[in-house]
This record gives sequence, structure tokens and C-alpha cells, in this order.
Amino acid sequence: MSATTPLEPEVAGGARAGRFGVYGGRYVPETLMAALEELEHAYAEADADPAFHAELDGLLHHYCGRPTPLYFAKRMSEQFGGAKIYLKREDLLHTGAHKINNALGQGMLARRMGKQRIIAETGAGQHGVATATVCALFGMECVIYMGEEDMRRQELNVFRMRLLGAEVRPVATGSATLKDAINEAMRDWVTNVRDTYYILGSALGAHPYPTMVRNFQRVIGREARVQVLEQEGKLPAAIVACVGGGSNAIGAFYEFLGDKDVRLVGVEAGGRGTALGDHAARFQKTDGGVPGVLQGTYSYVLQNDAGQVSATHSVSAGLDYASVGPEHAMLHDSGRAQYTSATDAEALAATSILARMEGILPALESAHAVAEAIKMAPTMAKTDVIMVNLSGRGDKDMGILAQEMSLQGAKG
Amino acid sequence: MPIVFKQKPGLVAYLTAGDPDLAATRDIALAAIDNGADVIELGVPFSDPLADGPVIQRASERAVAKGVRLTDVLEVARQLRSARPACGLVLFSYLNPVVRMGMKQFCAAAKDAGVDGVLLTDMIVEEADEYLAEMKANELAPIFLAAPTSPDVRLQAIAGASQGFVYAISRVGITGTQQQVAGDASELVNRLRKYTEPLGIPVAVGFGISNAEHVRAVALFADAAVIGSALVALIERTASAEAPAAVGRFIAGLRA
Repeated sequence: MSATTPLEPEVAGGARAGRFGVYGGRYVPETLMAALEELEHAYAEADADPAFHAELDGLLHHYCGRPTPLYFAKRMSEQFGGAKIYLKREDLLHTGAHKINNALGQGMLARRMGKQRIIAETGAGQHGVATATVCALFGMECVIYMGEEDMRRQELNVFRMRLLGAEVRPVATGSATLKDAINEAMRDWVTNVRDTYYILGSALGAHPYPTMVRNFQRVIGREARVQVLEQEGKLPAAIVACVGGGSNAIGAFYEFLGDKDVRLVGVEAGGRGTALGDHAARFQKTDGGVPGVLQGTYSYVLQNDAGQVSATHSVSAGLDYASVGPEHAMLHDSGRAQYTSATDAEALAATSILARMEGILPALESAHAVAEAIKMAPTMAKTDVIMVNLSGRGDKDMGILAQEMSLQGAKG
Repeated sequence: MPIVFKQKPGLVAYLTAGDPDLAATRDIALAAIDNGADVIELGVPFSDPLADGPVIQRASERAVAKGVRLTDVLEVARQLRSARPACGLVLFSYLNPVVRMGMKQFCAAAKDAGVDGVLLTDMIVEEADEYLAEMKANELAPIFLAAPTSPDVRLQAIAGASQGFVYAISRVGITGTQQQVAGDASELVNRLRKYTEPLGIPVAVGFGISNAEHVRAVALFADAAVIGSALVALIERTASAEAPAAVGRFIAGLRA
């Protein structure tokens, strides 16, 4: 096992809590500190408790449908004439995306801590739906903050959350997207911190969130590792995942960090152009992000030279965010993972290709990873394996797909 | 120079710098000082003010939209220092604009502008090593927030790391006005005194302090009151030319 034991970057990074190299940490208003310390201790206790894991594993299996398949996309692989493309089918999970892995884990933690009121932010709505689902399952009060722009473009998920009994609160400030929803959720948490648990949906925010969320998502890579060895008898040459905050990517990457021959590729939202404001590619070389502090953590942040956080754009609400999880910042700087981007148009094209060649409709977020795999496959050997983390399904995107594709049709 | 509260209770006036514009902020601050404010807190506008309520969010958004930068706020501080050599001057900022400038450069620039102290909303004592070292090198007072939720062990660390004063948050929540001073405030200040008194550091209470009655209530247990959202709201609803006089009257009335 020693060759494949994952790194423990938060330990290797130094003595300070929740550091990934120089990134991460805890930058929050003092009012939240007691709650973060309480959460850190409660999580450490739960994580060390076999009964907690047994219940979580049971629910992931019987309620959510884990393990998810690792599927060989044969027609698509043949079409692009290179590496064999496998899809880790998180889209088949209950509620339609990887988000439930984390929402369920944190929901169980909230219940264990005796918190009855749950709040969460959501971008594409998948984390909001997952949280609303867990709250229904455990009989907890649920408030979801969502940007008005995202509510408009992910209307179906808004309806789903309400159907599940959650209150969806629109956020009109800033660009009315994910970042603004997190600001508003944090304001709620600061105000109601004594009885409220904040289920943060990505590997972002102040310690212990990035570590905790990653650990709840590690199941993706843990399963995939066993599955790919079973099916191919070897590890993949590359793992590709989209990166908004980065929870599906870190969950897919983590079990392979020690396998130096496995390339890890994160795909950011290239949006509609390379100028600041037109994309959400924090690691882009020009007009990309620089290290800074946003919403509790030190990581790459898209910002102007005065330190004001910039607007972002992506066709996919879930990738439309100005910062990125701190562990990705570390993996970027160390070169262990590479970060590239796919444009709106490339993601839309990849959606069509996957739909027509494999009968699978990916979420627009996940389509960014598919787009990258399509670029990579022809450059690789036929014996190589690319594993794409298909983090979510595209049902939620029908409205926007209809709109975007009719626009493209009109242009053509 | 050291921050001094000449009267009891001391008054700290918070202004979002650049709202409605930088010249108005300077004139409003001068009026506040001349009418009894001991300390001016110049708020650096930020795109994501997650500890602030709607009033300061709006002010911040207006100032950011005008392109107000940290360097502009430092320039206002320099003008205030030159015009009123004895007033207390504190910069109040979220961390990111400071990180973008560079902690070392920021602290040197703040000292050069004549600033006395700095409060960083999202900086906690555990993360503050570099910040504290640079503040010390430039003889600036680091001011930390203390919250009703902070356990005693944190209050001790906060008192130990702070100079000038400790900013006690009156209630659990974001900035903004309220009807009464919360019972949380006196309980917090009493716990905090154990650690600030031996060090001789005053305690100012803020969040929701908006009128003379609140200031009187705070004076019973704390050294100073911070007026923030109430001032920013007054400026928001007053024509720019009238704002200095209106703020002056408001500040003068707080000790009535």
C-alpha cells in the first residue's frame, strides 16, 4: 500500500490548521470561530467513530445507490481514436450528482451535533437539492440561498428544492450567482450560529470545510480505483474532472495523489472569452486568478489589481465562481495536477456528443470535463485509459440547452 | 500615535470611504471629529462584505462601483491626519484588498499616511503572525474583534494581540441597526475585562449602536461606542453637500 498511500497535504503543509501548502486556513469574522472549532471537533469525533461510517456507508449504498458504475464509453472512444474513455457515473447517484455524498455526510454530522436548522448555498442547484433531500430524510429545517441569476437558469432545481420542503431564498446582490449566495449564507450563519449548521457544498471556505468536504467525496476515487483495476487491470493514465469549487475533482483525484503516473486534470470554465469577467478559469495564465482571501480561505481568486473580486461567467452555474478550493491551489502550484479550461461552446458541443454517442446527458458542469477528454484522447495511446468524473446529469439544464442550442442553430 | 478616548464614553465613527465620494468622506470625517468623535474608522469598500448588513453592503457596492481603492482610502487618511493631528485614525478592511497590496507594503503605507490602527474583519488571531509582525514594525495598533460567541480562551488571545482598543461585537450577527443594545454586549465586555484591564486596553462596543440612548447604555459597561450603519444610512439619505453638517449634528447629539 505504501506506493499508493495518499499524501496528507494538510499535515505536510505545516502546523497551522487546515493548510494545504500555503493555501487554506481560516479567515472569518470572530463570531464564527467558536462554531468552526465546535465543527472541527465534532467532525474529528465522527470521523473516528466506526458507527458513523457504517451508517454513512449504509445510506450511500441503500439510499443513494453507491457504488456508481465505471462505464466504458466505447463508441465515443472509437470515434476519437485514442485512449479508452471511462466515465465514473456520479450522474446516476440519487439526486443526480456527486453533491449528495457530502450533503449526507454533513447532514449526519449536524444531526449528531443536535442542530435542527440547516442552511446551504447553491449554484447550479445540485447541492441545494442534495441538502434539501437530506433535510427531508432527517426531518430538519432547510434554508437554501441561491443567486437570482442562478434561480432563473436552474429553475427546475428551484422547484425540486421547494418540493422537498426547503425554503429557497433569492440573493440579488453582486452578480446574483454562487459567490453571492455563499456571502448570504455566511451572513445567516453569523446571525444564527448558535442553532444553525451550514452545509457548505464544495471543498471551499474556512477550515475544516475543505478537508471535511474532500473526505466525504473521496468515495468517488476510492470506488473508481477498485473498478478500473478490475476492468482494465491497471490504473488510468489520466483522470479528468471539472473544477468549480472543486469537490468532485478532489474527490476523484485524492486516492490517486500518490500514483505519480496518473495525470490529474482539472477543467475550469473558460466561459465566453479570456478577459477578466468572461470566464471562471482561476488558473488561467493571463487574466486569471492570483492568491487572495475570499469567503474564509486563502486560494486563487479572480480579482482586479485593487483586490476587488471580479465577476465571472460560465454557461454552467456550478462552475461560475471566482475562487477555487485551496487544495487545488496547492496541487496547481506543485504541478501534481494540471488545470485547463473548456469554453461554453466546447461544453455545449461535448454535451451533444455524449448524448448522441452514448445516450448520456451530462450536466453542463461535467460536460467541461468531457470536452477536455475529447481533446486529450486522440493524443494518447489506444491502450491508455482516461477516467472522466461525470459528476452530474443534465436534466436540470434542459431549459438552458434548448436556449443555447437554438441560438447556435440560428447563427448557423 | 496612541488612540485615546478623551471623554467617557468614547465615540468611534465608522464611514465607508468613498461613499458618496472621497472628498465627501473627508469632509464628513472632519465634521464628526469636530463634533466629538474620538476615532474615525475608515472602511475600505470591498466587493464581498460578508460580515455586513444591507446598509454597509450598499455603501460598499456604491464605492466599489466608483472604483475606490485601498490607496484612495489611505490618501483620505493622510488628509485627515494632516488636518486633525490629534484624532484617532483606524483603517477597517476585509483582508483581500490588503493581501493584494501586500501586508508589508500595506502596513508601511498606513504608517506613512498617519494611520494609528487597523482592524481586519476576517483576520483572526491564529492567522495573524505576519500581520502582527508588520504592524509592530510600523508601530501600528492591531485591533481585533471579540464576539459574544468567543470563549474566554479566545478573548484572552484577542486582548493579548490587540492595541488601541478591543472591538466588542454587541450581538451575534452582521452589522446594522437594532432597537436595543443586546444583553450579550455587557456579558461579553465583563468577560473581556478580565483580560483587557491588566493590559490597560479600552473596550469599544459596536454593531447596532445607533442613538444617544444606546450610547448611554454602552457607557455603563464599556469605554467607547462605535457608530457605523446608522451613520452610513444617514449619509445615504442625505444630499452630499448637506452630509457633513448632518453627521456633525448627529454625532454631537449622541452624548446628549
